Amino acid sequence: MADYTAVKTFDYKGLPCPMPIVKMSQEISRIAVGEVGEVLSTDPGSIADFPAWAKTTGHQVLDIVQEPGLIKIYVKRVK
Amino acid sequence: MDVEKELSALKARVDELPGAENKLSMVVFSGDLDKQIAAMIIATGAAAMGMKVVMFFTFWATAALRDPAKKVSGKNLMGKMFGFMLPKGRNNLKLSQMHMAGAGTAMIKSLMKKKNVASMDQLYEIAAMLGIEFKICEMSMDLMEMKREEMIEYPNMEYCGVATFLANAKESAVQLFI
Repeated sequence: MADYTAVKTFDYKGLPCPMPIVKMSQEISRIAVGEVGEVLSTDPGSIADFPAWAKTTGHQVLDIVQEPGLIKIYVKRVK
Repeated sequence: MDVEKELSALKARVDELPGAENKLSMVVFSGDLDKQIAAMIIATGAAAMGMKVVMFFTFWATAALRDPAKKVSGKNLMGKMFGFMLPKGRNNLKLSQMHMAGAGTAMIKSLMKKKNVASMDQLYEIAAMLGIEFKICEMSMDLMEMKREEMIEYPNMEYCGVATFLANAKESAVQLFI
């Protein structure tokens, strides 16, 4: 069981590249440092892109859950 | 030995190293729709990754920054010809392949819409919002007789020459030519 709780959901369903990371970069500030957000994406590129985005921007991807037709990404705001 | 002094000297040298800045410098040379879409997607993606982004529009790419609603007068014959033959703005670009007298380009645009891919207009809007800088090659403008009055309104736009690109490229971690 995950030891975190997502405080907010970022719904990026239906948005292809580059919109999920563009939106994430704009909206990460809606959660506080240390909090976790849940991203909903239907873009398979997100599975590789969110960890790459987090690595470059200094945030953290805690978990990626794949469901049929939906990808859930748990992002922790680090700074 | 003064460690502080050594350290600051070393830091100054590191700052001077090529590619030290978290920045993308891109030359946009092509006037093809597909290549310009790729350029805009990479640029907006880079800005989302926290990178500073500078796009240099030169040669064929310059026409994409024309505003179709703006009319200018006082061009000579060659300038008028170029003005007529070059695409009027980002929504009049053609695909590099399979343009097929407009059918291919129209098909890609309708597919992009269907699949919810950001349009050129949306990409420009996002670029402006993310603070991406546009720099336009003055020499291309002069060569093809484009006037500043016929270019689009964009918040971070200036006219420059090759030295501006090189100075930016030298300090950028990533450089691209599209």
